[in-house]
This record gives sequence, C-alpha cells and structure tokens, in this order.
Amino acid sequence: MRPFADLEFGNSSGIHRVSRRAKNALEEARETIAAAIGAHTLEIVITSGGTESDNLAIKGAVYNDSPRRGVITVATEHEAVLETSDFLKRIGMPVTLIGVDDEGRVDIDSLIAAMDAETAIVSVMLLNNETGVIQDIAAIAAAVKGRDPEVLVHTDAVQAFSSESVDVSTLGVDLMSLAAHKFGGPKGAGFLYVREGTILEPVQHGGGQELGRRSGTHDVGRVVGMATAVSSALGDREEFRHRVSQIRDDFEKRLTDVIEGLVLNTPENRRSPQHLNVRFPGVLNETLLVRMDLSGVAASAGSACQSGASEVSHVLEAMGLTPGQARESVRFSFGWPSTTEEAEEAAEIVTDLVGQLR
Amino acid sequence: MRALVAMSGGVDSSVAAALMRDAGHEVVGVTLKMWSGPNGEAPTAGCCTVSDAEDARRVAGQLDVPYYVLDYTTEFRDGVVDRFISDYVSGRTPNPCIECNRTVKFDRLLHRLDDFESDVLVTGHHARSRFDGLNWTLHRGADRLKDQSYVLSMLTQRELSRARFPVGELTKPEVRSMASSLGLRTAEKPESMDICFVGRHDYRAFLSRTAPEAFMPGPVVDTDGHELGAHEGIAGFTVGQRRGLGVAVGEPRFVVRLEPATSTVVLGRREELGVGGVELSQVVWTAAGGRGEVMAQYRAHGDPVPAVLDGDRLLFTDLQQGIAPGQTVAFYDGDRVLGGALIAGTFV
Repeated sequence: MRPFADLEFGNSSGIHRVSRRAKNALEEARETIAAAIGAHTLEIVITSGGTESDNLAIKGAVYNDSPRRGVITVATEHEAVLETSDFLKRIGMPVTLIGVDDEGRVDIDSLIAAMDAETAIVSVMLLNNETGVIQDIAAIAAAVKGRDPEVLVHTDAVQAFSSESVDVSTLGVDLMSLAAHKFGGPKGAGFLYVREGTILEPVQHGGGQELGRRSGTHDVGRVVGMATAVSSALGDREEFRHRVSQIRDDFEKRLTDVIEGLVLNTPENRRSPQHLNVRFPGVLNETLLVRMDLSGVAASAGSACQSGASEVSHVLEAMGLTPGQARESVRFSFGWPSTTEEAEEAAEIVTDLVGQLR
Repeated sequence: MRALVAMSGGVDSSVAAALMRDAGHEVVGVTLKMWSGPNGEAPTAGCCTVSDAEDARRVAGQLDVPYYVLDYTTEFRDGVVDRFISDYVSGRTPNPCIECNRTVKFDRLLHRLDDFESDVLVTGHHARSRFDGLNWTLHRGADRLKDQSYVLSMLTQRELSRARFPVGELTKPEVRSMASSLGLRTAEKPESMDICFVGRHDYRAFLSRTAPEAFMPGPVVDTDGHELGAHEGIAGFTVGQRRGLGVAVGEPRFVVRLEPATSTVVLGRREELGVGGVELSQVVWTAAGGRGEVMAQYRAHGDPVPAVLDGDRLLFTDLQQGIAPGQTVAFYDGDRVLGGALIAGTFV
C-alpha cells in the first residue's frame, strides 16, 4: 500500500506514465479480487467498503423507470441494508422485511411468498455480524431465480470472506458486497460484485470510473492493500477456520460449563468460526461490557453505533428475544490475533464478572 | 478509590474528572445517553447532545481515563420527560433538570456504583459537601453566582455519602482556567441553558408535538370569574406569565392560577400574584428533619427569603410573587442546605 501514499501518487485515470503505473496496480488488484470469488474482472466494482457496496447494490437495482422497484430483505440484516431499505420505503418503494426463526435463519418459503411482479431485488446477508449464523444463500438464490429469474439476488458477505467460500457461481448471486477490513485489509476499501449483464444505476455519479458504476478517483493504495489481504485470506482460510473455531469452541465450552443458565444465541450448526453471541440471564450487558473493558476484555453488545451506547440488538429481537433478554446478550468475536491463552483468560474474567454481577 | 464521573461534555464535569484524577483516584468517565427524539434523532441543544458526548469522550481521552456511554433513555423518558408532560398537563411548572438529578443521576446511576466497582459518583455541580464525623452536609458552591446546591437539595445521606462535587470548591473562572491549563477542549465552551429534550425551541412546541392532549381549549378569566377570552390549553401557561396571554385589558395582567379540572387560566393584577405560603410534597431532609425558621429558595438563581416551616406548609415572612406548583423549594441555613421539597400548591 505504502508506495501509493507518496512516490506513486499517480491518478489511475490519468494518461501519463505515473498514472499508468497506478492504473496497472489497480487492475492487477482487481484481477486478484475477481479470481478469489470466481468472477470476471469487469464484474468487480471497487467501493469504499461494505456500506457503500450495500447501498449501490440495493439502490442501484431500484433506481430505474421500470415497474420493478420492490426490495425484499431480512429483519436481521446489517444497518447498511436495513437503513437503505427504510430510505427507499420512505420515498415510496415497496419494501418487505422477512422474519427469522429462533436460530436467526430466514424461512425461504416466506421469502418466496413475499415476491411479486414489483420485486426488483432480494437481499440476504450470508453470515450475520452479530450471531455468526450462516444463511443458505445458494438455496435462496436458486429459489428466487426459480420463481422469477428477473429478480436480482444480493448478498452482504462482508463478514464471510475470512472463513467461507464466497464463489459467486456456487452462490448463484447477482450482487455481493465485501469489505477489506473484515479480512485483514485496510478500512475504507471494499467492492461490489456485479454479475455481467446486471443493470445498475450508480449511486455516485461523476467521471465514469468503474465503467460508470462508481465514479470517483481511486484510492489505489487501499485497493492494492485489499487485494493483498484477499490473497492472504484465501490462502489462510482453512487454517483460519480450524484455528479460530477451536479457540471459540474452547471459550464457549468454558463459559457453558461454569455459568449457570447461560443461553447461546449463536446456533450450534452452520455458523461462523468467529462469532459467539451469548445471553447471561440476570446480567445487564452494558454493565458487563464496561467491567470487561476495565478488565481488558473487549466485546460488544450489537454492532458499533455512533454514540457508543449499547442499544437493543435488532438481530436478537428478530430472533424472538425480548428487549430485556437482548440487553443480557453479549457478542464475542475471535480472529487471527486471538490465542487460546487469551481466550482462557477472558473466559475466566467473564465467568468471574457474571458471578459478581448476578 | 474508583470514581465514576458523570461527564456531560461541559467544562465543569471535565474539570471534575481532572480533579479526581489528580487527587490520585481511579477515574471512569461516563456520559448518560438520555434522550432521542421520536425518530431517534439526537438532541442538538442542551447538555446532552451527540457533540457533547463527543467532547466528553475526547476529554476522557486527554485525561487518559476509560470512558463509556450508558443508555438511560428509558429511565429518562419515564422519570423525566413523561413527568414533565404530565406536570404541564396538570397545570404545574416542572423543573426537569432537578427531576433528572433525582431520578436518573442520583438514583439509577448511583445504584449502579457497585456494578462498576466504583466508590463514589462525581458530578460537575457547583456545590460543596462535607462530612462532619456523623453526617454529610451540603453547602453552596464556592462561586455564589454559579451555585447549584438548589438542584441538589433533594439529596439525602444515602446519596451524599456516595457523591462528590469537586468543582464546587472552585469559582467558575478557576474551573475554566484549570481546563485551559490542562488543554481541555471544553475550556471555553459556553454553558448550556436549554432543556435537553426541548432544544432551543419553546417548550410549548415540544408539548404540542409530544402531548397534543395537553392542549385542551378553555376560558381565560379574571379573579372574579369574568371571562376575558379563550386559550388553546393550560400547558401553554405558567404562573407569573405576563406575555402571550391573548387578552387585552389595558393594565398589565399576569397568570395567577391554572385550574386543570376546568382547563381555566386565571389572570390577575401584579398584587394578586402574591403568595403567603406554599404546601409542600416530597419533603426531603439532608440529615435530620427540621422545622421553624429557614431561608427558602424557590428558583434556581433566586435569592433565598425568610420563611417558617410548619409540617407540610411553608409560610413566607413576606409575600412572594410568581410561585408555581411543581417548582422545587430548597431550605437553607446560611450556605448550608437543610433539605428541599416540591411545591404542591400555594395560598395567600
């Protein structure tokens, strides 16, 4: 990344030699990214991250003059999808939110039943950022296409790249959002996979970069950084799954063995190796998180929000938890920097704190 | 000692945190998230805005102390905002900042001190507390002009024993100068004057938006019962109010009374505002109970006046003007707070 911050300052859209070097670096990065998800280079739209990719996918699919302006998505999606959908609803587009079961999984039949002639796009997150539950995107995409091949299928796969295969042919999606910082790359870089032939109105109009689908000067350094992270994450995926799930499982076992009444919000099957969402009945998550932080354990209650106050998780509420139960729930995340020793220590601290706070 | 410092994002609580840290205590800064509007919008005026929380966070960073935002929106809505609305509907004039101290900061937050393994709750109020070997006493702040002991007059031994007001030992200029010598970003920040959930607008606009039922039209009458006009709802009026009465009678008229049962606004001449005494509710004593002669203060920045306490009645030595039910009255002996109460009603 570093050379592009000073020596290689060329604008990748320029005509001179320095710019050509930047352009080459950009296109090389694009090749790496495309190959990693089984796509063609022209199908990769570089963005600033997951939120922008989600916005482009959903708004891009409905900003048109066809009668297809409907969005179907799921109650447990990330805010980048939910707030975008809510905005579209406010300006008059038909938006349907599908519920989930108590494991957080979407019911494909109700999703299909919600489709009609107006439906433009169905958007379902691959791996939930709060619980780690994995949706069967391939089955969902096949069902949607079986009902109406004109409807676009989008998946927010931002959380998935480190641990799951996100091959676009296998998944059968038309649009897929990814963000570099979730797989070891820089913050502020991401991409949207756009299946060839998909008509998408840009959200950001301008100089016509990214084949007109996303205008704006490229941050070449970040894109190069993202491509490097793609390669490493791809190569390390098996090891990541193995190592991180072992640490997480060990942590989970330590908690469930000792803490009475503990409830797992993360299901046992078809889940990510990284996440663990648990409820400690009788303990307010806000208090627990503060005490954990003061003891050196970082976790969270939901997704990070602006004020930093812990709010009731919409994901857990959609799974049927009461607001009170959601306020007893904590999300633990694990990754490359996690070690067995740390997880052991964290489990001990958490167990101790839960005992004190009850 | 671990001190939980309630940081509002203003200069006083910033310096309170600095003083506790410099006194060698372990400081944990918290900002209470109190309010978001019907669509979740954050307040932009008053003491608890997003940018205030950001200031508090940055100050905590400068002081190198841990900092958290705690969600008190439910407690604030139930204990302060709903009460504010129902008070106006009932013809009272509430002080929501006192209610916030009473029900949120010095009740719900104070009760969580153990949860945060903290020994004391620290705020940036300009007031002083002392331990005399037997009891905690509360006194006016060193800066008489900025004194906030009035809004703390409902605190008892239980709260005072676990609360600290380090800023009360300083004058406001000293507070600002300490903040600027520490390079705190809040050093020159102006004081918040607005009610945080009402914002810069008139409280009437807030009421008509959130509690339209508070605006039941009714008659405007004089003290003899003669009808002078009509009004849109008693929630738009406060005892002592002179402007915006919607009637022209030649000489100045004031709201002397509100009668919620019939939604009546009663106007009178200045001399008819005179109040000889008040009925009290929720009387609270800092330490032991008391009666007899006290100095009574019924406005945040008003002067105390001599009065005699007799059970649930407070008799003013001289007639007072413009006292509204719902206001708080604090009792003093010199600079020392004896206790406080809510004004339930007035009599001549």
